[in-house]
Amino acid sequence: MYVIVVGSGKVGLNLTRELIAKGHEVTLLEADRRRYLVVEEELEHAVQYGDATELWILERAGVQRADLVVAVTGDDEDNMLVCQVAKEKYLCERVIARVNNPRNLQHFKLLGIQPVVSATDLILRLIEHEVPRYGLVHLLALEEERLEIIELEVQESAPAAAKRVADVALPQGSLIISVLRDGRGFVPTADTVVEAGDQVLLVLDSGLEDQITPVFAPD
Amino acid sequence: MFVLIVGAGRVGSAVAKRALAQGHEVSVLDEDPLSHERLVEIEGQTWEDAGGIFTVGTALEVDALIEAGVQKADVFIASTDGDNTNLTVAQIVKRRFGIEKVLCRVMDPARAAWYAEQGLHTISPTQHAIEMFEQALGAEQ
Repeated sequence: MYVIVVGSGKVGLNLTRELIAKGHEVTLLEADRRRYLVVEEELEHAVQYGDATELWILERAGVQRADLVVAVTGDDEDNMLVCQVAKEKYLCERVIARVNNPRNLQHFKLLGIQPVVSATDLILRLIEHEVPRYGLVHLLALEEERLEIIELEVQESAPAAAKRVADVALPQGSLIISVLRDGRGFVPTADTVVEAGDQVLLVLDSGLEDQITPVFAPD
Repeated sequence: MFVLIVGAGRVGSAVAKRALAQGHEVSVLDEDPLSHERLVEIEGQTWEDAGGIFTVGTALEVDALIEAGVQKADVFIASTDGDNTNLTVAQIVKRRFGIEKVLCRVMDPARAAWYAEQGLHTISPTQHAIEMFEQALGAEQ
């Protein structure tokens, strides 16, 4: 795979190292001359100097044949525009953008840039996972595919408690894929009995979580 | 007309003053409070006395745009000193607030041309300068 990484801060540089170690061809782009010179000592020809929001810099890096463009600079506007141009002008099928300020997330969506990665969001998810407040944790959302994976803690009073998986009344478009009990997880069969205190993982069509939550966590 | 101008540098402030003098409602948004100084002195009046609006805030903050009146704007002008800011905010207000007349300053001629093809009204001072130099050169020969 040929990958162009934009921005050689800690994220971009380490990402580039990992991708090269996995055998991919990578070009890293850095707009700051001094940072470029530092990174160039390690990466040599795999890093190029230039502002990736300029078209000729992207073209020089071979954006036309790139399988993936990842924009991880510290500037959301740059990340947005690099991805937009890569996708719409150079028809690069896959782009990934970093969102620095979570309030800009709406702008990325409005311009059709996805998927996006936001450190703030990831940490929030981890906090939800470690300290579940409403009994519901979003583990993964595939927005284009319109699928979600969520985690719910089964309450004593839940309709699902003490029922066989096959007997739990779930809306169409949802499935229990894993049960976490006593610190270990397993994939349930139709005969597995859901117990209060279990954490269950479900995959579902997006938008169904409001119907599913009451089945496991009614309060 | 209600004209919202983001970025009160030399270009933005001059366009703002001209639009106000022509009788339009004009609102200016800039992240630098000191940029207000470029707007004063319209026939001895302050910007506000002359009917102008000035808001301090960044272009990408939706709250700041709303405070500056983006929801009732008929014309939006992105004239900050950053191409990337202008291109981003111009596209956002066009899509999100449905403003039809959105003008966007883009110094980089290559991107000004490509975004123009995508339907954005871009104005590239650099491109204009290149053309004027070429014309002046041609006149010499």
